[in-house]
Amino acid sequence: MQFLFRYANPHNFMRLSGAVLPFTAIAAALCIAAALYLGFSAPPDYQQGRTVLIMFIHVPAATVAMSIYGALAVCSLLSLVWRHPLSDTAARAAAPLGAVFTVLGLITGSLWGKPMWGTYWVWDARLTSFLLLLFLYFGYMALWNAIEDETRAARLAAILALVGAVNIPIIHFSVEWWSTLHQGEGIVSGGTDPVFLAPLLIMMLGYTLLFMSLWMVRIRTAILERRARNLMQSGAP
Amino acid sequence: MNFDPLNFDMGSYGIYIWPAYGVSALALIGATLWTIASWRRAKSKLAELERKK
Repeated sequence: MQFLFRYANPHNFMRLSGAVLPFTAIAAALCIAAALYLGFSAPPDYQQGRTVLIMFIHVPAATVAMSIYGALAVCSLLSLVWRHPLSDTAARAAAPLGAVFTVLGLITGSLWGKPMWGTYWVWDARLTSFLLLLFLYFGYMALWNAIEDETRAARLAAILALVGAVNIPIIHFSVEWWSTLHQGEGIVSGGTDPVFLAPLLIMMLGYTLLFMSLWMVRIRTAILERRARNLMQSGAP
Repeated sequence: MNFDPLNFDMGSYGIYIWPAYGVSALALIGATLWTIASWRRAKSKLAELERKK
């Protein structure tokens, strides 16, 4: 925990993230380019044909969207327990990015569902709980914007984030707990052929690195904005 | 393993595959540009305030 707090200091965070950012950004671009090359070179799936290409962007978007919520919940917990201001900043900075990945998961899933299931949407447990994730992101952002007092907004948003975290295992296990149209997990269970698994995992890494890069920039931006606000307040008559 | 470098023939599934890739590219490039623009705006605003100080 001491290690975490050392780098959760805004000054140290700016220094460390400034050094790490170029590497994560370049690695993200390289991973996404490699995954695109491998994905577009993969043969058609014997059941899905070339729609398997949608898997290479749908699964990473959905996985990263859920992981971002996990990160947001951890930051919220740190904020509630230790009241560290940078954890609020980090949680708030992650939310819009999480919403973007969730929207991508929903749209690409819908476009994959139509040729495979014959419908763009069905109110089954996986799709509905994933839609709820989007509403949780929207609710979290709306709460931050609705309350002027930042300390109060941070506390209430953190509570909402923690309550909403219960949806993450529900999304993950929904395909096992209920009878859904959505297929089950096929990566850890070994149900995915290596020719499809390679672009999928590389794209997942690329999306994760892209999120980490954008998250760091957004936290850095929030730190600069806070400095600017402090300067304006100290200079105010 | 059947490896066909950069095969862009989607057959009848193109109407689903290309929009999925198009939306993803737009959203991720858009999010990146928006993030960079916000960073630059914050940086120049802080620099301006520090100059005035």
